[in-house]
Amino acid sequence: MRRRVAVTINGTGYEHEVEPRTLLVYYIREQAGLTGTHIGCDTSNCGACTVELDGHTVKSCTMFAVQADGAQITTIEGLAKGSTLHPLQQAFWDEHGLQCGFCTPGMIMAAKQLLERNPNPSEREIRLGLEGNLCRCTGYHNIVKAIQAAAKVMAPGAEAKAPASVS
Amino acid sequence: MAISQMVGASIKRREDPRLVTGTGSYVDDLPQTAIVHMVVVRSTDPHARIAGIDTSRAKEADGVIAVFTGKELLSEFGAPLPVTDCFVPTKKYPKHYPLAIDKVRYVGEPVAIVLASSLSAAQDAAERVEVRYDSLPPVVDIEKAIEKGAPVLHDDVGSNLSYDVKFAAGDIEAAFREAEVKITQRLIQQRLIPFAVEPRGVVADYKPWARKLTIWSSTQIPHFVKVWAAVILGIPESDVRVIAPEVGGGFGSKIRVYPEEIMTALASRRLGRPVKWIEDRGENTKATHHGRSQIWDVEIAAKRDGTVLGIRPTQWLDLGAYCSQFGTFQVLGMLVAQGAYRMKAFDGRAVGVFTNRTPTDAYRGAGRPEATYLIERVMDLVARETGIDPVEVRRKNFVRLEDQPFTTLLGLTYDSGDYRITLDRALQMVDYQGLRREQAEKRKQGKYLGIGLSTYIEICGLGPAVPTQAAVGVSLWGMSVVNVHFTGKATVIIGSSPHGQGHETTYAQVAADVLGIPVEDIDVQHGDTAIGPMGMDTYGSRSTALDGNAVHISAMKVQEKAKKIAAHLLEAAEGDIVYEGGKAYVKGTPSKAVTIQEIAVAAFQTSRLPKGMEGGLEATTFFDPTNFVWPFGAHIAVVEIDADTGATRIRRYVAVDDCGTRINPMVVDGQLHGGIAQGIGQALFEEAVYDEAGQLRTASLVDYLVPTAADLPSFELEATITPSPVNPLGTKGIGEAGTIASSPAIINAIVDALAPFGVKDITMPATPEKVWQLMHRNGGTKR
Repeated sequence: MRRRVAVTINGTGYEHEVEPRTLLVYYIREQAGLTGTHIGCDTSNCGACTVELDGHTVKSCTMFAVQADGAQITTIEGLAKGSTLHPLQQAFWDEHGLQCGFCTPGMIMAAKQLLERNPNPSEREIRLGLEGNLCRCTGYHNIVKAIQAAAKVMAPGAEAKAPASVS
Repeated sequence: MAISQMVGASIKRREDPRLVTGTGSYVDDLPQTAIVHMVVVRSTDPHARIAGIDTSRAKEADGVIAVFTGKELLSEFGAPLPVTDCFVPTKKYPKHYPLAIDKVRYVGEPVAIVLASSLSAAQDAAERVEVRYDSLPPVVDIEKAIEKGAPVLHDDVGSNLSYDVKFAAGDIEAAFREAEVKITQRLIQQRLIPFAVEPRGVVADYKPWARKLTIWSSTQIPHFVKVWAAVILGIPESDVRVIAPEVGGGFGSKIRVYPEEIMTALASRRLGRPVKWIEDRGENTKATHHGRSQIWDVEIAAKRDGTVLGIRPTQWLDLGAYCSQFGTFQVLGMLVAQGAYRMKAFDGRAVGVFTNRTPTDAYRGAGRPEATYLIERVMDLVARETGIDPVEVRRKNFVRLEDQPFTTLLGLTYDSGDYRITLDRALQMVDYQGLRREQAEKRKQGKYLGIGLSTYIEICGLGPAVPTQAAVGVSLWGMSVVNVHFTGKATVIIGSSPHGQGHETTYAQVAADVLGIPVEDIDVQHGDTAIGPMGMDTYGSRSTALDGNAVHISAMKVQEKAKKIAAHLLEAAEGDIVYEGGKAYVKGTPSKAVTIQEIAVAAFQTSRLPKGMEGGLEATTFFDPTNFVWPFGAHIAVVEIDADTGATRIRRYVAVDDCGTRINPMVVDGQLHGGIAQGIGQALFEEAVYDEAGQLRTASLVDYLVPTAADLPSFELEATITPSPVNPLGTKGIGEAGTIASSPAIINAIVDALAPFGVKDITMPATPEKVWQLMHRNGGTKR
C-alpha cells in the first residue's frame, strides 16, 4: 500500500515510504521536517504552501507526494545562502512586506518565479502575479514594494553595480 | 524624555529574519514526540436533537486511541465556557460546553472527538462516528428569530431574545420636532469570516505525575486561556502554562477561550500524552467565530443647513447559536455611534438574538466599524437630502477643537483632536475640487466616478481599569517587566501577545530611549504565561496604549534606581545626577560618567550599592491610564464604476490618520494598509452566506472572497500627530483604524458615483451584480 518516494529538497536527498494519499506539503513538513512551508487552506486558494518543483512554482497541497518522485524541490528554507538572505527575503524585510509571517514563505516563492519570468514587472503585473497568494495583514501594499525593490537588485547586471551603491 | 532617537524611527523588524526564512515556529511547526492527533466530529445539522452517537466503529479503526462524546465528558467540565458582561450584564444566555450534549445548534458545532496515532487515522475514524440527528427547524434570520412561534434554540433561555437594551440621552422627541429633514435608512452589516491565514491550532500536554498542563495555542489571549483552562478543568491555575508561539494573524478571531483548547487539554489529561489539533480551512469557516452580522435601522433628524440634531439607531445583533465570550462586545458600536460629531439627542436600542449559525464575536474593530459605518453613512445621507457637499456637512457637525475634551451624549470623553486637520489634508491630497469637476465632466460622458469620505474617530486602548471592569468584567491594564542583566543587556516582558504587530521591535525602541541601552541589546518576550505576571493580552488596539506605556514606565523606574546607584558610585547627591544616553553623571561634569553597563554590574554587587538597597535592576508595572485613547482621521476613496459590468475599481485611496505618537511609523503604516484592505474586503467582496436550511454556503476560500493583490490599489498615507494626554508616550492605537474607516469610505464613494441613478444606498458587499442592478432598475434610465 505504501509507496517509496525519493526527492531532492534544497539540495538534500530524501527517501521515504508514504501513503499514496499523502500530499506533498505534508511530506515536506513531516517527513523532511521543513516546516517553513505552511498550510493555510484546503482548496489551493491561499498559496501559503507554494514551493518550486523542477523550476516551476506549485502549490504543494495540490500534489501528492508520489507525484513528486524524482523531483528537485526548493522551499523557503533553501533560498538563503549561508547567512545571506535571498534578495526577495531581504526586500521583504527591508520594505516591511510581512507582519504575522504566515503567508510569507509562499508569497516569496511565488514572487521568485514572477521575477524569473518577468524581471521588470509593472505594479499591475506584480499584483496579477500574486493573485494565487493571500495575505490578510499587509493589504499587499508593502509586498508589492518589496518585489519592486527585489527586482532592482535581481535585474541582470545589478550585481556588478552593487558595490558602488553600497559604498 | 530628554533624548528621543528610537521612538519615531522606522527601524526594521527583528521578527522578520526568522519569518522570511521559514524558521519561525507556529503551533503546527512545534517538534512533537509521541503526539496524539485529535479530529473533531462536527454537526452537519444546524438545529437538531442528538438521538444517539455510535462510536463503536470508529473505536475499532486502525490507530484509534479513544473517542469521546460530549455526554461522556460532561462530568469533567468544572464550568461552561466563559461569557463576559460586555456592556449587557442583563443579557440571557445558555450554558455552553465545549461539546454539544443533547442538542446541536449550528453546523460545525463539536459533537465528538477522535484521538489517534496519526492525523489520517483520526480523520478516517471520524468518518465512522455515526451521529443520529432528530432535525428541528432552523432559525437563520435575525428578525424571524424573535417572531412569535419561531423555533427556540435554548429551552433554558425561553426565547431567542438575549437582550433588548436602550442607550439614550438628550430629548430625541424635541430633536425630531425641530427637524426640517427626516431620513430613515436600514444599513446591513453582513456576516464576515475573519480568515487569519494561519487557522487555529492547539497542542496540550498534561504530565500526570507532575500534575502540570502546558497548552500551546494559536491565540491572542494566552493569559485568559490559562485562567479559564484552570477553572473549566479544575486544575490549579499555578499548574497551567499557556504559550502563544508565532501566531499567524488573529483579527479578533483568536480572542476567546475556544472549545478545542479545553478538549485537547482534557484528552491529554485522560490519555497522559500530548494531544494536537490543527484546524483545517473548511473547519475554520464554521468553527472559528464570525464577525458583524447585524442590521442597523436609523432615523435621522436634521436641519436644511446640514445640522444633525439627533439620531435614533436600532442595532439588531445576531449572536449566532450561543453567546460567545465577548459576544456582546459589538454593542460598543452603539456607545460610540455619535462619532466625531456634535448632536443634541441620541436614542439607541440594541437587540441581541440567537440564530442557528456560528457564534459571532470580535472581528477587527468590533463595534467601531459598525458605529463608523452608521454615522458616516448618516453624514452622506444628510448631505444628499439637503444638497450640501458631504465635506461641508461634516465640518458643520464636527466636534470642534474648543470642545475638547468633549463628552458625548452617552458620557464618553474624547482625549484630544482637531478633526478638521486630517480632513483638510486629505482633501488637499486628492484635490477634492478637481475631482468634483472631473466627476461632473465624466457624468456627461456616461462615466461614473465617485468620491467617498470617512472622517472617523474610534475608541481604543482598553483600558482604564474601572470602566473596563464595569464593561467587560475584568480590569484591563498594561503590564511590563524591564530587567537589566549583569552585563547591561535588558529583557522586556510584556502582557500583550502579538500576532504580527511587531512588538518585539517597537517595545525595544521604547525601552532603549529611556535606558540608553542599544536597541539590539534589548530582548522583548511575550506570549508565555510562565515568564511574567498576569498580562491582559491583545485586542482592541490596546497594546501600545497600555503595554507599550507600561514598558516606558518600568524603564523609567529602572532609570530612577540606576540614578541612585550612580549617585552612590560617584559620591554625589541623587538630585545632582543627570541620566542620558545610557550614562549617569553629576550635573556639569559629563566627562566623569558611569555607564548603564557599569551600573548594572554594581546592581549585582551588594558592596557597591547604597546601604539598604535591594540588589538587581528590575521593575514591574501595571499601568492604568486615566482614559481610553481616541485616534481619528480622514479617509477618502475615489472609485470608478464600470458601466457595463458594475465592477468597482478603486482609483485612489487616501488616508490621513492621527494615532498620537508613532513609535515606529513603518509599522504603523503597515497596520493601516492591512486594516484598510480588510475594510475594503467587507465593502466589496466578503460575505458569509447561509441558506434557508442553515447550511453555510461560503465554507471555503473558493466561495468566500478574501481580497487579493489584484483587487486592491496602493494606499496613499499621511499622518498628523496629536499626542494623547492620557499616557506618558502620547500614543493611541492603530491596529483597527484602517478597517473602521475604510468600509464607509468605499460605500460612500460608490453611492456618490451612482447618484445620477437616484441611488441613495447599496448594501455590502457592493458586488458588480448589485451595482449593475441598481444602475438598471429603472430600465437603465437616469433620474
